[in-house]
Amino acid sequence: MPADAPGAGEPFLRIEGVSKVFGTFQAVKNVSLTVQKGEIFSLLGGSGCGKTTLLRMLAGFEEPTAGRIFLDGRDMAGVPPWSRPVHMMFQSYALFPHMTVEKNVAYGLKHEDMSAKDRADRVREMLDLVQLSQFAARKPHQISGGQRQRVALARALARQPKLLLLDEPLAALDKKLREHTQFELMSIQQRTGVTFIVVTHDQEEAMTLSDRIAVMDKGEVRQIGSPTEIYEFPNSRFVAGFIGSINTFDAIVTARDAGQLRLTLPALGAEVTARDVPHVTAGQSVTLAIRPEKIRISRDAPEGPNALRGSVKDLAYFGKDSLYRIALPSGTLVQAHAVNARRGDEGARVADWDDAVWLSFDPAAAIVLAE
Amino acid sequence: MTDRAPRTKYMDRRGWSDIIIGAPYIWLVVFFLLPFLIVVAMSVATKTPTAPPFSFGGDHPLINLDAYQRILTDDLYLRAFLTSLANAAISMVLCLLLGYPMALALTRMSRGWRNIMLMLVILPFWTSFLLRVYAWMGLMGRNSWFNVMLTDWWNFIVPVDWAVRSIPMMNSNFAVILVMVYTYLPFMILPLYASLERLDPTLDEAAMDLGSTPAQVFRDVTLPQSIPGIVAGGMLVFIPAAGELVIPTLVGNAADPMIGRVISDEFASARDWPMASAVAVALLVLMVIPTMIYTHFQGRAEGSK
Ligand SMILES: Nc1ncnc2c1ncn2[C@@H]1O[C@H](COP(=O)(O)OP(=O)(O)O)[C@@H](O)[C@H]1O
Ligand SMILES: [Mg+2]
Repeated sequence: MPADAPGAGEPFLRIEGVSKVFGTFQAVKNVSLTVQKGEIFSLLGGSGCGKTTLLRMLAGFEEPTAGRIFLDGRDMAGVPPWSRPVHMMFQSYALFPHMTVEKNVAYGLKHEDMSAKDRADRVREMLDLVQLSQFAARKPHQISGGQRQRVALARALARQPKLLLLDEPLAALDKKLREHTQFELMSIQQRTGVTFIVVTHDQEEAMTLSDRIAVMDKGEVRQIGSPTEIYEFPNSRFVAGFIGSINTFDAIVTARDAGQLRLTLPALGAEVTARDVPHVTAGQSVTLAIRPEKIRISRDAPEGPNALRGSVKDLAYFGKDSLYRIALPSGTLVQAHAVNARRGDEGARVADWDDAVWLSFDPAAAIVLAE
Repeated sequence: MTDRAPRTKYMDRRGWSDIIIGAPYIWLVVFFLLPFLIVVAMSVATKTPTAPPFSFGGDHPLINLDAYQRILTDDLYLRAFLTSLANAAISMVLCLLLGYPMALALTRMSRGWRNIMLMLVILPFWTSFLLRVYAWMGLMGRNSWFNVMLTDWWNFIVPVDWAVRSIPMMNSNFAVILVMVYTYLPFMILPLYASLERLDPTLDEAAMDLGSTPAQVFRDVTLPQSIPGIVAGGMLVFIPAAGELVIPTLVGNAADPMIGRVISDEFASARDWPMASAVAVALLVLMVIPTMIYTHFQGRAEGSK
């Protein structure tokens, strides 16, 4: 999907070692990343981790304390917000309350050198794009939250920015509208080809929307990658835990051979095998992490290296799948997801409360974190 | 069936709320409407050498419109009205030009400074108004340090033949406007501050983000949204300034009086109460009509929002 010219030397946006200090508080710490043209890039992180601050530095509202920002090869230092080819969709939408929807969308265009007719055409085109043509004459307080969000989007896109910054674009919408709007955002991004940087604290939203995600924590970028990379190959316990749910165990590497790691889990009194990763040595303390859906539950002893005994402590039925909480003999609880592939009443389930079961997983499914 | 929210018996305080809402109306009726009706009645009475110095009927018509006729024909009254409106309008515009930047600056200050500055804006109210006008009289007098300083300054910048011994500030329209601007400035600043303070600063950023320089942001976003504050401040300055009595009496030019002075003179010196009442009624009508037109359009704008 990204219209990423292969072999293009300079990335569209390059952030180099950017930091921002407010008084004595460091809101953004030494962030470096690049964004390709036409990409949807997400900044994902909890509240207060500096996402908005980073976005505001891109828009020009804050000057970085250190580091540099290049957009399309141009150093943005000292360029005021009104001369940047970057537009922002504010978290509160920031629509002008004294102007109609149409005037709001047209606002940026008055700085463009274009005829009145072209301007009106562009406004109409933008309102069509977000399906708000029939609300052109309303004031912002006369339309719904979802419509306001689309006015904000149309206003930000009207001047055809090179880069669109969206600060929590869906946070103010209710769940159902949010899912619908997610896909609309993606489709609008594809049709316009504008590069999007989306700030969100919602990991599912980031996973659905983005070509790539930067996971942030306390002002730092912890990992950058595609949704799959972030989910399947987290580089730290923090990222692993932030995206989706995961079981983590302290482990010690006992042996490393033939592309496999042997680990012992002291809390469980168990030995497991995982796929080899670089930079670990025998004797090292590591974290072993396994996603719940990668754990198999069976009543009979499974084949293969990684099998643990346990009993069903808790079970939540969601329809398409069930979440089990299995107590190991050591008392540790392990979460496992099982798809309810067969149709039927309770008898069709893999296991029931207090059943003794076996847990197993592939060596390749186990994530070894050496942090 | 009405679609009002249901009230429990504990919430049903309708009786009380009627009394509380009604109190200001009772106040207005007793202390504004009734006296005003008395003034209207006096304005159509006839001046007689009695006590009180007017009477109805008798040898004279029951409703005597002579006073109103004189307002329209005697150019003393027309001139006084025009002087008042002009002085009030100039004071209002000057208050706006001075007060707007001050109110805007107040909204951009840190909370601590803002409270100190707001205190300073209302501090003059803590000394007697008369005392402050007398202070200005002292400042504007021929031998005051203020006048001497301004005179030296003037003589320094103008050619020699324009030099003056002192600047004749007292007893002029200039003095009236100067003191009125000084007196009424807080009445402009406070409503402006109240309306500017409510504005969302992200709107300024949004406009800037869409390509507007700070000056354009002010023109497109800040100014249009502060119109209610401008109107409120404008009325709070214009209306009392137009009827001002004390300032023109103390520092103004007696040959070119403002309407408040005329009303006072008719009552006290000429003892022509019907004339004084008629001028007062005319002034009120002149002030109320534009206010009502504005309120009407404002209400319409609110309704269509
Ligand atoms: N102008 C500012 N002055 C002082 N601290 C600020 C300012 N802006 C943001 N911060 C602080 O920086 C941190 C990061 O804020 P922000 O970027 O808004 O986080 P996020 O958008 O990820 O929730 C917060 O702790 C916030 O209090
Ligand atoms: Mg934020």
